[in-house]
Amino acid sequence: MSNPSTLAAPAATAAPMGDRRKFLLLATAAGGAVGAAGTVAPFVSSWFPSERAKAAGAPVDVEIGALEPGMLVRAEWRGQPVWIVKRTPEMLATLDKVKERLADPESKAPQQPDYARNATRSIKPEVLVLVGICTHLGCSPSDRLQPTPEWAGGFYCPCHGSVFDLAGRVFAGMPAPSNLVVPPHMYVSDTRLRVGEDSKGA
Amino acid sequence: MMKAFQSLGALRALASLLAALCFASTAIAAGGSDVPLSKAPVNLRDAVSLQRGAHLFVNYCMGCHSANYMRYNRLTEIGLTEEQIREYLLLSGDKVGSTMSIAMRPADAKEWMGKAPPDLTVIARSKRPDYLYTLLRSYYVDESRALGWNNLAYPNIGMPHPLWQLQGQPVLKVEERESHGHTVQVRSIAPDLPGVLSAAEYDRAVADLVNFLTYMGEPWRLHSVRIGIIVMFFLAIMLLLVYLLKLEFWRDVH
Amino acid sequence: MNRLLAAGQGLVDWVDARFPLVSTWKYHLSEYYAPKNFNFWYYFGSLAMIVLVLQIVTGIFLTMNYKPDAAYAFGSVEYIMRDVAGGWFIRYAHSTGASMFFVVVYLHMMRALLYGSYRKPRELLWILGCLIYLVLMAEAFFGYLLPWGQMSYWGAQVIVNLFSSVPLIGPDLAVWIRGDYLVSDATLNRFFALHVIALPLVLVGLVFLHLVALHEVGSNNPDGIDIKKNKDPVTGHPVDGIPFFPYYVVKDLIGIVVFFMVFAAILFFGPEMGGYFLEYNNFLPADPLQTPAHIAPVWYFTPFYAMLRAVPAMFGSQFPGVAVMGAAVLILFALPWLDRSPVRSIRYKGPIFKWALGIFVVSFLILGYLGVATTDVWGKMPAFLPIIGGVEVATIVSRVLTLAYFGFFLLMPWYSAIDKCKPEPERVTA
Repeated sequence: MSNPSTLAAPAATAAPMGDRRKFLLLATAAGGAVGAAGTVAPFVSSWFPSERAKAAGAPVDVEIGALEPGMLVRAEWRGQPVWIVKRTPEMLATLDKVKERLADPESKAPQQPDYARNATRSIKPEVLVLVGICTHLGCSPSDRLQPTPEWAGGFYCPCHGSVFDLAGRVFAGMPAPSNLVVPPHMYVSDTRLRVGEDSKGA
Repeated sequence: MMKAFQSLGALRALASLLAALCFASTAIAAGGSDVPLSKAPVNLRDAVSLQRGAHLFVNYCMGCHSANYMRYNRLTEIGLTEEQIREYLLLSGDKVGSTMSIAMRPADAKEWMGKAPPDLTVIARSKRPDYLYTLLRSYYVDESRALGWNNLAYPNIGMPHPLWQLQGQPVLKVEERESHGHTVQVRSIAPDLPGVLSAAEYDRAVADLVNFLTYMGEPWRLHSVRIGIIVMFFLAIMLLLVYLLKLEFWRDVH
Repeated sequence: MNRLLAAGQGLVDWVDARFPLVSTWKYHLSEYYAPKNFNFWYYFGSLAMIVLVLQIVTGIFLTMNYKPDAAYAFGSVEYIMRDVAGGWFIRYAHSTGASMFFVVVYLHMMRALLYGSYRKPRELLWILGCLIYLVLMAEAFFGYLLPWGQMSYWGAQVIVNLFSSVPLIGPDLAVWIRGDYLVSDATLNRFFALHVIALPLVLVGLVFLHLVALHEVGSNNPDGIDIKKNKDPVTGHPVDGIPFFPYYVVKDLIGIVVFFMVFAAILFFGPEMGGYFLEYNNFLPADPLQTPAHIAPVWYFTPFYAMLRAVPAMFGSQFPGVAVMGAAVLILFALPWLDRSPVRSIRYKGPIFKWALGIFVVSFLILGYLGVATTDVWGKMPAFLPIIGGVEVATIVSRVLTLAYFGFFLLMPWYSAIDKCKPEPERVTA
């Protein structure tokens, strides 16, 4: 190696980029990218809700057998208020009357599961299940269920004055852009409601 | 390259001698207890054993011990359905996503028992399976103790025999034996009043329980090994690639 | 494709007009000429960088769920490993990384001892490296308290108590470090701050300076000769040097992949590494009322811990032991001025140095083992012997090996000067 005749020759002369070299570079880069993606995966997934968060956000069962017509009961699901209202026939009758003044009377926006995309926004016509969070900026509206001559009955958000009807549909021209959310729910028995899970297993 | 290794040949010979020394002395250190530890037949792939162990744990341990970092719904990994967990394992008032906690507060437990029973989630990681397997098979009746129980693996243990209904009430047997010209006492336990299970069945039950405790200490163990094999396979391919890449580039170097 | 390349070039030009991008690349990589004869020992510098990055990234993700509170710390580590998706991978990567950092750094330092990489003009490079090692030990010590297991707790208790043996201010110093009369929540919280912010900043800064110093003086090599003495008259590059990029970049990739294989095997198949990387007793939550039967520091500290235990208390004080332990680390800094050999590399050094280095390495390893073991591991000296009769064999051996450790350094000015060295070659050998 220490032959004096090579004394002035450079130790390395870069060869032109041959096909073999190109292929190996590409293959190593591709393999490296796969490895990097595999390594990044656990770090990314660590930001999703943990098992503790999932357990805390698990479906909630609510007994509604004793809920009287015209009354509202509150439950908590994923840290949000959930309202369950047993509507009287008079209350249900208001839904049709206010239709003209609503922003989305047919519930076209996906603010409810498909099975609640109907005239009463519910599985059983009289039982309304809503997430009690205003679709404007996240305040919790207060309930003003009883109809009066000047008020059809519904919900009123104290923060910016959005008004919703007795199916959680927002009136036109309100700050809130869309109807209140109907969470996934199902009936475990005739009087036992499960919020957060439906028969599709959502 | 060669020269570096040659100059280190002597060092390496000494290092292997050193390693031999280390292993010899750990064997001595492990034998410090009164009874030699029995090998726990842990098999994390045996789902039936793990399920039986989970059942024993909930029924016999969770009266006093919690497993605060373990969630019930994780037991779906050992082949149970959420319905089975609800029906057979869940304590009243708990949800299937709850941790395996108990109602007794550590402060109360300390007042009642002098020392709060430790949480058992990772007990198999600190105490090791073999020790737990030996411990649960080394209880004997000892009237001199307040609760009537003593243990060969943990002399004067505070915890009374948790599985005595299953094992019965063994007694201490002391034999004198000749060994290298000396008389040595060999202490072992012998069956006396029988329990629900035969001796072989009891060993099986303890094995199941220890198997479950081992699983609970690191529930992702099998998962981790599976991923590890894939990763090693991937890295072996990468090694080949980068080696060829290096050869290719180093053809430039004279 | 060509338009894309042109756009890329345009961007590089734009940046280069505002930042020394191309010149930095050239200076540190594509025109950094490294000796062409690097061997196996030269992988560990780049590996140390890789581990540092790994520790920082995994560490950041651990802090997202870790709680530096005595009531929650232990539980939050289990929470990370059980409830957080991918959490066990991140935590084991960090715990394995901690030990592998020391493996790599010890081998990196061994390389310097073998080939005289600490000799002039690389004294400052060596000193910066020693500082990195010192900070790394502190970083590891503070980090080890965080899981708040029994070994965390009692390890911190013992090490902090060492400071109470400092004459005069000792007891107050220990209380000041803990912020309490025992290791407590206050200690945990401040160790957390030091571990995740203060020391990593120092460490990254020192590593940067270490690299700057390296690239100023150039890399040493297994022959220990100066490649800059022999430059090509036309190009001005060393004739035995090759550009770091691409040649050593592609070569280091091999080292990195092999390192990852070792790393992954530990992480996925046995992260406790037989109780050396994760000690079994550390799966018991910290209990200030009960010391585990046998406590030992993590393996990378044990050679120094064995020296501490080897030194008997003098004048009713543990301070001599502490002083010896500190001196064992600090003496490393003096190494460049202790070696009087005319050659750098072990390849051309005489037999005395080879023996001295061999004894030194074996002493260090056995001390490391004795630091893990109990003092009665090898029984006691026979009682009939004068003076040492009845003393633990391990204690005697530790004392002898401690002397050997210091002898390697303190006698070096003498034995390196009289050693029969071989002549160095003109050019590097393959």
